[in-house]
Amino acid sequence: MQLRGSAKALGDALAVLLVLVLPGCTPPLALDPQTPQGRAVAGLIWWFTGLCTVIWILVLLGLAFAIWRPRLVPADPLALDQRAERRSGRVVAVLIGLTGVIVIGLTVLSFAAQRQLFEPADGALTIDIVGHQWWWEVVYNSPDSSQTLTTANEIHVPVGRPVTLDLTSNDVIHSFWVPSLMGKADLIPGRHNDLTFTAEKPGIYNGSCAEFCGMQHAHMGIRVIAETPSDFEAWRRQQLRSAAPPASESAKRGEALFESSACAFCHNVSGTPASGQVGPDLTHLASRSSLAAGTLPFGRGQLAAWIADPQGIKPGAQMPDVRLAPDQLNAMLDYLMGLK
Amino acid sequence: MSFSDIAANRGMRDTDMTDEELRERLTRTWATKAGIWGALTTVDHKVIGRRYVVTAFVFLLLAGVLAIIMRLQLAQPNGRLLTPELYNQLFTMHGTTMMFLFAVPVMEAFAVYLVPLMVGTRNIAFPRLNAFSYYVYLLGGLMIWVAFALNLAPDVGWFAYAPLTETSYSPTKGVDFWAQMITFTEVAALAVSAEIIVTVFKQRAPGMSLDRIPLFVWSQLVTAFMVMFAMPAVMIASSMLIMDRLIGTHFFTPEQGGDALLWQHLFWFFGHPEVYIIFMPATGMVSEIVTTFSRRPAFGYMLLVLALLSVGFFAFGLWVHHMFVTGLPQLGASFFTASSMLIAVPNGVQIFCWIATLWGGRPVFKTPLLYIIGFIVVFVVGGLTGVMLASVPLDTQVHDSYFVVAHFHYVLVGGAVFPLLGAIYYWFPKFTGRMLGERLGQWQFALLFIGFNLTFFPMHILGLAGMPRRVYTYSEASGWGGMNLLATTGALILLLSFALLVWNIVSSLRSDEPAPDNPWDAPTLEWATSSPPPPHNFDRIPVVSSRYPLWSDPETLPVVSGLAVDTRELVLSTITEARADVLDTSPLDSIWPLLAAIATGIGFVASIFTPWAVVWGSALVGIFLIGWFWPKGTAEDEI
Amino acid sequence: MKTKVVADISGLDKHGFGPRLPTFWGTLGFMSLEGMGFVLGAGSFLYLGWHTPTWSAGAPPQELLWPTLFTAILVLSLIPNFIVTKLAQAQDNDRLKPLMVLMSVIGLAAVAVRGYEFTQLNIGWYTNAYGSLLWVLLGLHTTHLVTDLVDTIVLTVLFFTKHCPTRRFSDADENAMYWNFVVIAWLPLYVLLYWVPRLGGG
Repeated sequence: MQLRGSAKALGDALAVLLVLVLPGCTPPLALDPQTPQGRAVAGLIWWFTGLCTVIWILVLLGLAFAIWRPRLVPADPLALDQRAERRSGRVVAVLIGLTGVIVIGLTVLSFAAQRQLFEPADGALTIDIVGHQWWWEVVYNSPDSSQTLTTANEIHVPVGRPVTLDLTSNDVIHSFWVPSLMGKADLIPGRHNDLTFTAEKPGIYNGSCAEFCGMQHAHMGIRVIAETPSDFEAWRRQQLRSAAPPASESAKRGEALFESSACAFCHNVSGTPASGQVGPDLTHLASRSSLAAGTLPFGRGQLAAWIADPQGIKPGAQMPDVRLAPDQLNAMLDYLMGLK
Repeated sequence: MSFSDIAANRGMRDTDMTDEELRERLTRTWATKAGIWGALTTVDHKVIGRRYVVTAFVFLLLAGVLAIIMRLQLAQPNGRLLTPELYNQLFTMHGTTMMFLFAVPVMEAFAVYLVPLMVGTRNIAFPRLNAFSYYVYLLGGLMIWVAFALNLAPDVGWFAYAPLTETSYSPTKGVDFWAQMITFTEVAALAVSAEIIVTVFKQRAPGMSLDRIPLFVWSQLVTAFMVMFAMPAVMIASSMLIMDRLIGTHFFTPEQGGDALLWQHLFWFFGHPEVYIIFMPATGMVSEIVTTFSRRPAFGYMLLVLALLSVGFFAFGLWVHHMFVTGLPQLGASFFTASSMLIAVPNGVQIFCWIATLWGGRPVFKTPLLYIIGFIVVFVVGGLTGVMLASVPLDTQVHDSYFVVAHFHYVLVGGAVFPLLGAIYYWFPKFTGRMLGERLGQWQFALLFIGFNLTFFPMHILGLAGMPRRVYTYSEASGWGGMNLLATTGALILLLSFALLVWNIVSSLRSDEPAPDNPWDAPTLEWATSSPPPPHNFDRIPVVSSRYPLWSDPETLPVVSGLAVDTRELVLSTITEARADVLDTSPLDSIWPLLAAIATGIGFVASIFTPWAVVWGSALVGIFLIGWFWPKGTAEDEI
Repeated sequence: MKTKVVADISGLDKHGFGPRLPTFWGTLGFMSLEGMGFVLGAGSFLYLGWHTPTWSAGAPPQELLWPTLFTAILVLSLIPNFIVTKLAQAQDNDRLKPLMVLMSVIGLAAVAVRGYEFTQLNIGWYTNAYGSLLWVLLGLHTTHLVTDLVDTIVLTVLFFTKHCPTRRFSDADENAMYWNFVVIAWLPLYVLLYWVPRLGGG
């Protein structure tokens, strides 16, 4: 506790310094953590940065003095003053010793933070994350299959309760990174990794894939939405429902079009014949806040643009260009915008 | 046949010969023939070394231009300059070229040119292998760049993580070209490392005992050993990859019992030592330059050698710190935290020794020393961020972010390119017989220093702000625009700095003013001969009785006589004491290395398209190797 | 720089054997890097076996007859190979010649048995990762075997066609050293590829 306290004091001091040096900058996300796990790492970053800065300045001072110090000029390069040599030898020996001590100290700090970071959490909510090129499948598993829900690219979590993400991949290696929550972990095909964090206050935390995973690695955003337990529960219940039936004639035509075209081969809409498993689950598409793994904010206009020209917006994405007449597109939008 | 007969058959000896006649005869014996045939058959380590240096610098400039284009794309959010395909090819080609076609080869190039001169011998060991290695390297570099020009470049990053590199996710031939480029350059690197080890072991001037070997040579020796144990890992990995892709093996496909992390283990078992393979020769350069310009012996010679040896050893125990977020067992990860932190100690030892050398000497501020001072300022930052990355929890935040991009550029540009440029200014007169301009050199240094820090320092903050590496664009909302613009500005200043270097080199080469033999009053043997050296390096082989022979006696060089002048002959010495032991011959010029390299190249490239090329390619190379080694009846071959 | 002759070394030996020669150290260097290749290949075998305990599932254990015969040939060949070393260092041209022929024949026999060994493997390289590594490690060793065999044959031909300077004896000496490496590198591979999967239960 004391360690953490002093880390915080040091952190605050350095943060003030940084703000003075970089006026107008907000602190970088990794240094403005919103979870205890993130704070443990941020404290460590501050400690290391502080110590390393001090060491760097001392080395430079030594270098500067070595260069500019006044000195006698012996003519012969091989004529060394043995007394001065021995003195330098002692100084170097002390410095080497100090280096060793500092390095061991930093190692101990690191081990302490590591224990704190990876200690198993009791009563954690487990969420399965499966990486795909280039989106995230999010599954809230339950032994009771009627309580299992699937969504994509946005993770809703309750505040105050530890959340463990079970990470794996369906294709290549990805890496899950939401810097204001905590560090990253890889999603590796054939393996399972986990990552635990406890969100402390409601909010939206953005992150992205950190391991290069192919053409659209840049557009593989992830969003964590932390909510009060009651909001989370409401969201969960709403997501467990089957898709809302189309509310208008146009939306009905949209649904028919969806089910008869290529869309249904890849996307699932619960409660309808569309049950593709290749792309994101669209049962509650309209309840999400972004499109195509954070490529666009969610809205009717953006959805229209995405359906009309996915390869222009996210070249290489698995979503093909589907030719739709303007009225077909409109019907499709009416249908999809109703999938709250 | 008795030994005296052999001595007679190798022709005239140099005993009692006048200096002029000796130089003329030796030049005739050792010179590269004029014309294109001479150029293709030469085995002179200086000619090959110079080609190696120039080729590596061309690759540096090419990869640098790619970096500038990437920086322009990233200068502002939602950049539209490049498509994602092209951006991904650019960063892959940038990293691949910088690591495999510039950084490692350029350090080898300096070894090929300088080690024989610094140990006082007439040519490198296995000079034909040396020529072969250069051609193989050149062909590998040409292959990948031609593939790039044909839009067949790899686009999977320089460490090419499986399974992204498997055919299912990378169906084009780009990855195959990448994997074979690895094979080309590793064959070249392994050959050079064998030559360097044997040159240092067996061809040192009489009297150059182990404790009198110049620090640069020590650094190249340790590096050569590291190459020998590190490079097989990446060759095995890239061969497995290409077999997965071409003949359907399953090394990295989890569905059939393979494992994606096997690639990472093999790659980083090579990849981490690789960093030291690049950095260690640079420390050798630093030691030489600091010594010369401090006008005193290096402080803590023994300590520096021990530091090299321990870094060389421990570098093989760190690779897992590249894999801290792959979900390895915590205990194992902790071990690698400790080992990665501890390697800071020998690196610290080196820094302290160099500063102590400057402290106890009287520094002369010529351009080479400026780069070394810049090196200490910049490299220490990279070393310290390296200590940060060694911590598992800290690494989970900064891994694969721009923080890491900043870190390794501080280490590799700060730790290797700064000393390398210092070395260029330092040895340029020896390589070419011309001095580089001091004033231009200082301007170049200033621009390099400013441009470098402006480019890469902001990346630390970008990484902490959540910017992952290898993204071709980013949104405005991310707030990363300002720092990126700053970095791009810095990159343009860097470009200007390198333009000045090119200008400096061109104008120096065109000037008529010859460089003196020893312009810096340096203490090691390469400065005892002319600038540039004659084909046989030394008219008579020096005898060494101290660590700094040219400071021990600045006027007269003690030498031995009794070597053949009509046959390429050199002195073999014993390993520890360097007692003169055997007079051996050194191979004549030959076209076979080039032919064998071409055959090797054909085999490697063809195997991308048909696995059978491995079979007939090997047979082809075998035939050329027999031609290479078949005795030709010359004195060098037979007696 | 002025020079001053401090010694005349024209009387030094013009030839030597073993560690006195660069080629010895060069051969040793290539043996170490190739040895490293074997170590990493074997390491991958153990790593994947440990990571996926059932990785060779479905494949019955490999037949032992041919690989064991191959191993026996290699081990026995160490005896004539040792004699080759002694005769080469003694520069005994007449007695060396037939032994070089013998070593070439032994090498050919070993390659023939190895070829048959490949046909007896009961799993394809394309079947699973176990099959891939089995084939590749065997192939890697075969490459070394063939390389040294070709070198032995070329040297033998040289001994019969060209006159025989000292240099050729040191070549034969180093070729014999490399053969020892090919044999010694095989022994742990033999245990790993053919016995470990049996003992490890899969």
